[in-house]
Amino acid sequence: MMREFDVVILGAGPAGMSAAIGLRKQGLTVLVVDEQPAPGGQIWRAVESVAPTAAGQLLGAEYRAGQPIAQAFRDCGAVYQPQTQVWQIEPGWHVYMTCAGKVEAVRADRVLLAMGAQERPAPFAGWTLPGVMTVGAAQILLKTSRQVPSEPVWVAGSGPLPLLYMVQLLRAGGKIAGWLDTSPAGAWRRALPYLPDVLGRWGEVSKGLGWLRELRRAGVRRVRGVRSFRALGEGRLEALEYALPDGRSVRAPAQVLLAHEGLVPSVHMTRALECDHAWNEAQACWAPVLDAWGQTSRQGVYVAGDGAGIGGAEAARARGELAAVGIALHAGKLQARQAQALSAPIQERLRGHLRLRPMLDALYPPRADVLDPSDDTIVCRCEELTAGDIRQAAKLGQPGPNQIKAFTRAGMGPCQGRQCGYTIANILAKAHNRPVAEVGLQRVRPPLKPLTLGELATFNIEDEPR
Amino acid sequence: MSASRFRKLSEPGAPSLTLTIDGVPVEATPGETVAAVLLRQQTPASRTTPVKESPRAPYCMMGVCFDCLAVVDGVASTQTCLVTVREGMRVERQYGKRSLQS
Repeated sequence: MMREFDVVILGAGPAGMSAAIGLRKQGLTVLVVDEQPAPGGQIWRAVESVAPTAAGQLLGAEYRAGQPIAQAFRDCGAVYQPQTQVWQIEPGWHVYMTCAGKVEAVRADRVLLAMGAQERPAPFAGWTLPGVMTVGAAQILLKTSRQVPSEPVWVAGSGPLPLLYMVQLLRAGGKIAGWLDTSPAGAWRRALPYLPDVLGRWGEVSKGLGWLRELRRAGVRRVRGVRSFRALGEGRLEALEYALPDGRSVRAPAQVLLAHEGLVPSVHMTRALECDHAWNEAQACWAPVLDAWGQTSRQGVYVAGDGAGIGGAEAARARGELAAVGIALHAGKLQARQAQALSAPIQERLRGHLRLRPMLDALYPPRADVLDPSDDTIVCRCEELTAGDIRQAAKLGQPGPNQIKAFTRAGMGPCQGRQCGYTIANILAKAHNRPVAEVGLQRVRPPLKPLTLGELATFNIEDEPR
Repeated sequence: MSASRFRKLSEPGAPSLTLTIDGVPVEATPGETVAAVLLRQQTPASRTTPVKESPRAPYCMMGVCFDCLAVVDGVASTQTCLVTVREGMRVERQYGKRSLQS
């Protein structure tokens, strides 16, 4: 028998958990599937087991804030299925997933995608060498394994996450070799137009300034205005080389280099479902087009959390709660008037949590060579194709991303373009002198996650939707 | 070359379990991922690529880069950042292209 639910939620982070709690309050049946072994998403990874420990202390109050929400989620009556990968969703809504080597399809009236964000793919020469990772990856290691780099670590990039991670690392007893700050000069000038928002959200701003103070006090070396850098080594990271604003180039030995240039919404599933998307110029990324309840252009498919646009954990919670109200309204569990009354204070909260976002976007644009990497930089990590290879292929007529994939195999590997999509679009936009929004991304095809023939063979054919 | 590039914070009395990487017994903590354990090894690479056989190690730790693929309990191309360690688990590094086996 195929399992049926009113709603299937993909993702058990702040948005997915909050939506599940809200939907259960309205009496809907809910299945929550998630890739991780425990609820929390990336921001609250392993929060239930780590929050009460010494590691929970050094990760900070915002991390520990996930614990009561995870508890409320556990108690809300939603069916929770961790360690599960969804690899296809079909109209009607049938959700295909793999758990413990077995394939299952479940049916739902509505699907809520709460799949969060990924770090913006920000290629540089040598970024595939062992020893190079993202800042987010290092923070996940700290959360789930209490694991830190053995030797002083290099951090390159900008945005709130590198600041937070460096502070957490210092508190954990780790050491920082240097911070290559890639944000352009003139931060105060860029922030000035947002002064009312800064004052309105002073609590958040002062937290960021506090992190900067903590780094300064600890004597962390900050190299400002780094426009480009590269990782060097034979089979593993051995050194890095960075360019100073005056054009001089500096080389330093390195064991671990952590890079970060902001977050982008995870749009892999919404793009596979061919939902409408819009280009966000300020954040240089795509996001699904949503109504006030988070419903996409495809009726019955909703998005909440950072997958709807980068906003952080509190905004994700608000969006999850709004989607829950909207879904209950559309399912006939709430009158329009009740839904409005319930949503008004949540909308108010969401506006507050999103208020600083334009200032953060202005402060921390991705470094320039992310949009225009050097010819020897690998763009497609899976198929090992460089920016030079893509530029060469771009000369054959005026190919779009799908033709580039056919010409070169860029995007054909296991990551399915999750790491190369934006870079290919940026290279094509420059080569053909078109706006990147017009170039678009490659088509996404199922299965969205690796699936073995053995797993597929476990699928009960009687459950096949007709 | 020096020791491993990542270390665990000391946790006196923390429970531990044993898995093998390419047949060598390795200690791990319950709840952590196979990718985290790989990163603590002298050779952090989990695989070499099918195209140029370049070494790759876990990179994103959240399931979107597919660089941490390895053979886990006989299943090739497993995303080790999404798999939690288990006692007796067999992890093998994955070299080059996959082939069909009986």
